[in-house]
Amino acid sequence: MNVLTSRMRKYASAPVCHDIQINGQLVGLHDSGVMWWPDESLLVVADLHLEKGSSYARRGVMLPPYDTAATLEKLAGVMDAFDPACVICLGDSFHDASGSDRLPAPYRAMLTTLQLGREWIWVTGNHDPVAPVRLCGETVDEISVGPLKFRHEPVEKIGLKETAGEICGHLHPVARVRRFGRSIRRSCFITDGTRLVLPAFGALTGGLNVTDRAYTTLFRRRQFSVFLLGNDRLYPFTASRLVVD
Amino acid sequence: MDALLLPNRFQSWFASRGWAPRPHQLQLIDHLSQGHSTLLIAPTGAGKTLAGFLPSLVELDQRGKRKPGQAGNGIHTLYVSPLKALAVDIARNLEAPVAEMGLGIRLETRTGDTPTHKRQRQKLNPPDILLTTPEQIALLLSDPGSARLFSSLKTVILDELHALVTSKRGDLLALGLARLRRLAPELRTIGLSATVGEPDDLRAYLVDQPGDNTRALSHVVEVTGGAQPEISILDSEERLPWSGHSSRYAIGDIYRMIKAHNVSLLFVNTRSQAEMVFQELWRINEDTLPIALHHGSLDVGQRRKVEAAMATGTLRAVVATSSLDMGIDWGDIDLVVNIGAPKGASRLAQRIGRANHRMDEPSKAVLIPSNRFEVLECQAALAASKRGEQDTPPLRTGALDVLAQHILGLACADALDLSATYDEICSSETYRALDWETFERVVDFVATGGYALKSYDQYAKLRKGKDGLWRIAHPKIAQQYRLNVGTIVEAPKIKIRLVRSKADGRRTPVGRGGRVLGEMEEYFIDQMVPGDTFLFGGEVVRFEGVRENEAFVSRTNSDNPMIPSYMGGKFPLSTYLAKSVRAMLATPSSWKELPVQVRDWLEIQREKSVLPAPDGLLVETFPRSNKHYMVCYPFEGRLAHQTLGMLLTKRLERLGARPMGFVANDYALSVWGLGDLSLLFSSGRIPLNELFEEDILGDDLDAWLADSSLMKRTFRNCAVIAGLIERRHPGKEKTGRQVTVSSDLIYDVLRAHEPDHILLKATWNDAAEGLLDISRLGELLARIQGRITHTALSRVSPLAVPILLEIGKEPVYGEAMDSLLEGAAEDLVLEAME
Repeated sequence: MNVLTSRMRKYASAPVCHDIQINGQLVGLHDSGVMWWPDESLLVVADLHLEKGSSYARRGVMLPPYDTAATLEKLAGVMDAFDPACVICLGDSFHDASGSDRLPAPYRAMLTTLQLGREWIWVTGNHDPVAPVRLCGETVDEISVGPLKFRHEPVEKIGLKETAGEICGHLHPVARVRRFGRSIRRSCFITDGTRLVLPAFGALTGGLNVTDRAYTTLFRRRQFSVFLLGNDRLYPFTASRLVVD
Repeated sequence: MDALLLPNRFQSWFASRGWAPRPHQLQLIDHLSQGHSTLLIAPTGAGKTLAGFLPSLVELDQRGKRKPGQAGNGIHTLYVSPLKALAVDIARNLEAPVAEMGLGIRLETRTGDTPTHKRQRQKLNPPDILLTTPEQIALLLSDPGSARLFSSLKTVILDELHALVTSKRGDLLALGLARLRRLAPELRTIGLSATVGEPDDLRAYLVDQPGDNTRALSHVVEVTGGAQPEISILDSEERLPWSGHSSRYAIGDIYRMIKAHNVSLLFVNTRSQAEMVFQELWRINEDTLPIALHHGSLDVGQRRKVEAAMATGTLRAVVATSSLDMGIDWGDIDLVVNIGAPKGASRLAQRIGRANHRMDEPSKAVLIPSNRFEVLECQAALAASKRGEQDTPPLRTGALDVLAQHILGLACADALDLSATYDEICSSETYRALDWETFERVVDFVATGGYALKSYDQYAKLRKGKDGLWRIAHPKIAQQYRLNVGTIVEAPKIKIRLVRSKADGRRTPVGRGGRVLGEMEEYFIDQMVPGDTFLFGGEVVRFEGVRENEAFVSRTNSDNPMIPSYMGGKFPLSTYLAKSVRAMLATPSSWKELPVQVRDWLEIQREKSVLPAPDGLLVETFPRSNKHYMVCYPFEGRLAHQTLGMLLTKRLERLGARPMGFVANDYALSVWGLGDLSLLFSSGRIPLNELFEEDILGDDLDAWLADSSLMKRTFRNCAVIAGLIERRHPGKEKTGRQVTVSSDLIYDVLRAHEPDHILLKATWNDAAEGLLDISRLGELLARIQGRITHTALSRVSPLAVPILLEIGKEPVYGEAMDSLLEGAAEDLVLEAME
């Protein structure tokens, strides 16, 4: 089977995604919080924050030691469903620089299994500025594939050539919607068609509301959309429908 | 017993003021001098506080002055009060007699507001008497110098003990007392209490409990008498409302009462009621009487101003919530008006006691029921007051999160011997039922988080040494403990700041820096969109938006505010009053004391349906506009009814009755749906006895709770108290919101991977006791077995009207969050197509 037909097969069987265009490329957003680029059989996941629990435990805050397991199990499900040829982890894959060193053996084995037979790229983040130890994969500060650029932190400019096609994480976007007097706050994708910020994938990762000032250097006021993660689908909203925290 | 117990300078001081020492004051000195811990129960105005301090003042006087160069004596007496303000107030009042008698006793306060340098000095050079709070005692006990500091402690005075013991603060204090008794074996305790249902509970709380099944009790001194209060229920000419809590109908009557008295104190149950009553009074205040507002959400400065004006007698009336329930003397109040339901006999007695702070004169009070059911409740409370009955809540079982906090505190002070610590903890009445296994799990939780997956041993906060003793692993842990101490976890609040309106609708930031009006719960602000109006601080304001940690509001001319629907501050109906109300309903001969309107209402109920029996449960069913309604009348309080409503809805759904929603208040519960409930019940297809079977508290409850936001909120409180989540970081204040987010995630992860974790157990205990009222619901289900009366009606019954009127006002419960989103997202299509 040549590469092309293999990709065709995968494309046909890939889970339902919400298709959008980023810088002219058709990409899919999935309710698990990952981005799927079918033309490249490329899966993107942001802010895994593995070993966050043990990172806190080191300074005496004993968060449950199950976050790495929860995150990897969810990631394994996504890998099963998409079977990507290439995976890009968009930075902050580990909660701190020594996180990969602390990774308990069973989880290391689990992660290594997930990496088998595919290309794996670790983008560095502010939490994990160095290459992970004793794990496969290539470590880069940022990487371009075709018209898309993958980096951890978005460049704080709007409408420049360098920001077009930017796919990033870092911000942990969440949005709040109000309806019938109740408000619902969920993790979300945020995009204006030229760039995309992914939600944080890790089990113990909080979020920053997209109405926060931090986003004003990335998206023009009210000229963006969000896709809230639901139980088995995404819920799209325009910026005007969102409320502050 | 006689005045010989009092040294001369005390006797002459009493004489100089034209007083004589009261018998209970002397009795207390006598008991204490024999080494007996004692509970003093006395009505307001009986000189209770002075009685508590006299034994210590006498002893300190006899001890004599410290010679220069002699080592310090350490603290002789600790005074603990539930309110910071009360400690400060008492210190001020005590300084006068101490100075007048020339006693040379040093007394100081220590609260969260005490500056660091003063706290340091208090440790090095302690005062004779320290007035403080349970949190400060916990802090002092975590200090390595605590053994020395408290080695000569003789007396602990616990003021308003009935109020202290009913919360987690009471648990913390119980643990603190157990430690203090070990540091100072001679220690005696004095409990001061005005109103108490079960004196033995408090007596047991005051002393060391033996390891067996017997219960040790302190001595008790009870002051009876005091003038009977004059209580009446308003019999208004106006039409009595069927439902609601506004009491708007009675505003004219209330205003006339204020005019006829010098100073009136108007109690309401919620802040929104306070706002509403205040506004309505000013609407008709033609004589511009000075009427003020006082509730916990107002800015502190504002509250202090009202309190000061009250003390100097420049106000004619204050509308207040329970923020003014306790302790502090506000001068000459000659009328207490209780607006709305009293909710409990003791609560009412406490409030009425605010009037006429002298024991021998009767307090005068008027009860204003805000709807028909509340008339019955007021009547029951009035009868209870005449008989002097009390219904304070029973003593708590000590919470595990508080225990975790305490264990860490003990380890900060000194190396821990687990077995001795266990015995010490079990010597407190609150924790006497703690088993060793649970204790070990709590210790394990403190050390490494208590997880089945033992991956944190290398980061342990507590380590066992070669000598078998447990010590903190690093001094930093003591620092962390100090920042997290305490049991009060505030709901995230947000400041309300007054700004100029941006009426032109531009999206620019509103003008800077108006004054801060106060604080509100964040979830309330969450519900608002700019332009919404609400009452706050006695004025109608318009919501402008949120910036960082402040909500901006502007003044508005709007007359019709959307009144804040605070959920906080709603007390459940006490079991005692509920029972009285049920008895009253079932006994038509007792109705003659009720207002005519209420009597007529009950008569018609008797004619058209039946009256609820005192020990049974009446279930009515009737059709109404294409739906079928079921209404039942358990009278067990809103919390228990809400829990029951949720469980019944689930069960009816499974049985094919197609329920659509439910609503609950303090007295009744209604479920409605598409299935013909009258037919289903009367045909026996759904047997009522099985519907209300006690097993409803099993799996259904667990399944619903798992994902409920209520459990997440409870978990957050437990996690903060137990020290799993830090209250704040040094130099880096987390906002309440950030804490909420992460604790929800922790809850989800923990539930998925270790559902038996000790902190989830603590959370469940909390929810069952508090928000769900499971125990009360369980008692109800047991009580009504075989005593359920079903009446199928063709239309709504008179008794059912109030609860049906609540539909649409009270929140209807459900968890269909995703379906809400679904509807909203589809709106987007419409929006795009317009």
